[in-house]
Amino acid sequence: MTVTTDDTVHGAAAGGLAARRVTVAYGRQRVLDRVDLHIAPGETVGLRGLSGSGKSTLARVLALLHAPDSGHVTIDGHPVGGARHRLPAALRTRVAILFQSPRSATDPRLSLADLIAEPLRATGASRDQASARTADLADLVGLTPDLLARRPHAVSDGQLQRACLARALVHRPDYLLCDEATAMLDASTQAHVAAVVTDYQRRSSAGVLLITHDPALMSRWATRVVDLPTP
Amino acid sequence: MTTTVPTDTRRAHALLGVDGLTVRFHLRGAVVHAVTDLSLTLHPGELLAVVGESGCGKSVLAHALLGLLPRNATVTGRAHLHPPDGHPVDLIDAGERHLTRHVRGRAVGLVPQSPATALTPVRSGRRLLEETLRAHGHTRRAAPAAADRIAADVGLDPGDLDRYPHELSGGMAQRLATALALAPDPPLLLADEPTTGLDRPLVDHTLDLLRRRCDTGAAVLLITHDLTAARRVADTVAVMYASRIVEHRPTAALFDAPAHPYTAGLLDALPDRAFTPVPGHPPMLTDLPDGCAFAPRCPRATDACHIPPRLLPDGAGRVACHHRLTPGAPA
Ligand code: SF4
Repeated sequence: MTVTTDDTVHGAAAGGLAARRVTVAYGRQRVLDRVDLHIAPGETVGLRGLSGSGKSTLARVLALLHAPDSGHVTIDGHPVGGARHRLPAALRTRVAILFQSPRSATDPRLSLADLIAEPLRATGASRDQASARTADLADLVGLTPDLLARRPHAVSDGQLQRACLARALVHRPDYLLCDEATAMLDASTQAHVAAVVTDYQRRSSAGVLLITHDPALMSRWATRVVDLPTP
Repeated sequence: MTTTVPTDTRRAHALLGVDGLTVRFHLRGAVVHAVTDLSLTLHPGELLAVVGESGCGKSVLAHALLGLLPRNATVTGRAHLHPPDGHPVDLIDAGERHLTRHVRGRAVGLVPQSPATALTPVRSGRRLLEETLRAHGHTRRAAPAAADRIAADVGLDPGDLDRYPHELSGGMAQRLATALALAPDPPLLLADEPTTGLDRPLVDHTLDLLRRRCDTGAAVLLITHDLTAARRVADTVAVMYASRIVEHRPTAALFDAPAHPYTAGLLDALPDRAFTPVPGHPPMLTDLPDGCAFAPRCPRATDACHIPPRLLPDGAGRVACHHRLTPGAPA
C-alpha cells in the first residue's frame, strides 16, 4: 500500500475513471473544492478524509449520480457530463456503487432476486437471461435460492448487502465504488464481500474505490490510499 | 440449567441478572428462535459487549429487556434488575405501566439502532433533550446548561441541537439519540449498535464515552457487530451465534485465545488477521439444526455435536462446545 496526496502523478492515463477539478457545494458550504482523483483499471484506491470531507459526495459524482457544480468526470479519458439518466446505457453501466446502508437503497417491495435482476430487465434482457445471470451472481455472493425469494425485511443486513453487491455487478462494471459498504457487516460477512469484490476485480480488471473508516480494512484491502483534503 | 461466571456471591451485587432468557417470534407457519436460554450477569462498572452477525438475535436481547418486543413474541426466563436506588424488578414480568414509569429511560437507557425513526420529528433536538432532563429531575433553569453539556459529551455542536431530527445526518441523529439516553443518567445503558453511521473519530469518541460511564459506576450492555469496538472498551465479550451465547470471557482472553470455533473463525475474518470469512452461512432462526447450530460450518465437528453443547465454565469464561480450542493447540 502506498499513500499519495498528489494524485496527478498517476496522470490522466488513457484508462481509468477520474474526477477532474470537481467542486460541489451544498448551499454555501463547499464539500469538494477542485478535487482530482484517478482510479486505474485493476487498482483499489482507498479514500481517506475526515467526516464531512466529502468522500461520499465524491463517490456519488464518480458514479454519475450527482453532477458537480464545476469540473467533470472522465472515463478512459472521455469526459462524461450531465445527468446519469441522460447518459447512454453503455456508459451508465460502467460504474457501479455500493452504499453502507442497503435498506435505504433498496425497494422494499422487490424480492432479492428481482432486486438483482432489475437493472438487467431495465436494459432489455429477457426474463430467461436475467434469471440465469441472477442465479450465477447469487451463487457468487453466497445467497441461497431460499433467500433470493425473500423481500428485504425478511433478511439480515448482511444478506441484503450481498444482494446489493450482486446487483452492482450485474452489468459487469469496469469500476466499483464501495462507500462504507461493509461498515454494518460482521467481520465474516465483510471478509466475504471483500473476497467477492477482489475476485471479480482479478477476473475483470475493474478499478475499485474504497471508502472506509476502518484503518485495518483500508491497509489490507486498498492498493493505494489517497487523502481527501478538507475544504 | 445455567452455570454462570461470575459466581453466586458476586451475583448478589449484580445490577442485572438474566437467567434462561428465551424469545420466540411466532410467524405464520414458522417460529423464529431469536434468543435461546441466555444467561448473563452485569455488575455496576462493567461493560459487556454482545457481538455477532446481524440477525443472530443480539438486538432482540435489548428489546426483550425493555419490554419492547412486538405482540407475536413470547418471552420466558428471568431478568432481574437491582437499581441502586430502587426496588428490584423482574423486567420480564413487570407490566407495561411499571416499565414506563420506573424502568425505561430512568433505570435502563436505550441507545437504539437506526435512531432516525426513534426521534420525535416535530421537536428540535434541544427541546427533546431538555424535556427529558426535566422529566428526570432537572429544573427548568438548569436544563439548558445540562443539555449543552450532554450534547458536548456526545460530540454534538450546540448549533446542531437546534435542528429538527429530519435535518440531522445519520451520524448526528445517532449522537442525539445517545444524548437522550444519557440524560436521565440510568444505572444501566443498553447501546444497540450506537456507532452506526459515525466516522472513526466519532466512533472512538462514543465508545470512550460509554467506557467512562462504567468507570463512574454505571453498567453498559453494548450490542455490536464490530469486534474492534468491543475490544476497545469491553470488560467481557459475549459471542452470539444462532440465538445463543456460544462464548463469553474477559476481552483480552477472548481475542488472544478463543475457545469456541466460531469465535476463532470470526477473529480470523478480521482484516488485520487472516481476512478469511467463516465458510458457509448461518442457519435460519426459523430452522435451526438439532445439535450444535455451528456444526455445518465447523472444522472440528464430530458425531458428538449432534447433542447441543451447554454453555459451561471454561477458565475465566464460559463456552458452549464439545471440542473447545485450547491455547497453543492447532485449530
Ligand atoms: S460443538 Fe462441535 S460443531 Fe459445535 S462448535 Fe463445538 S466442535 Fe464445532
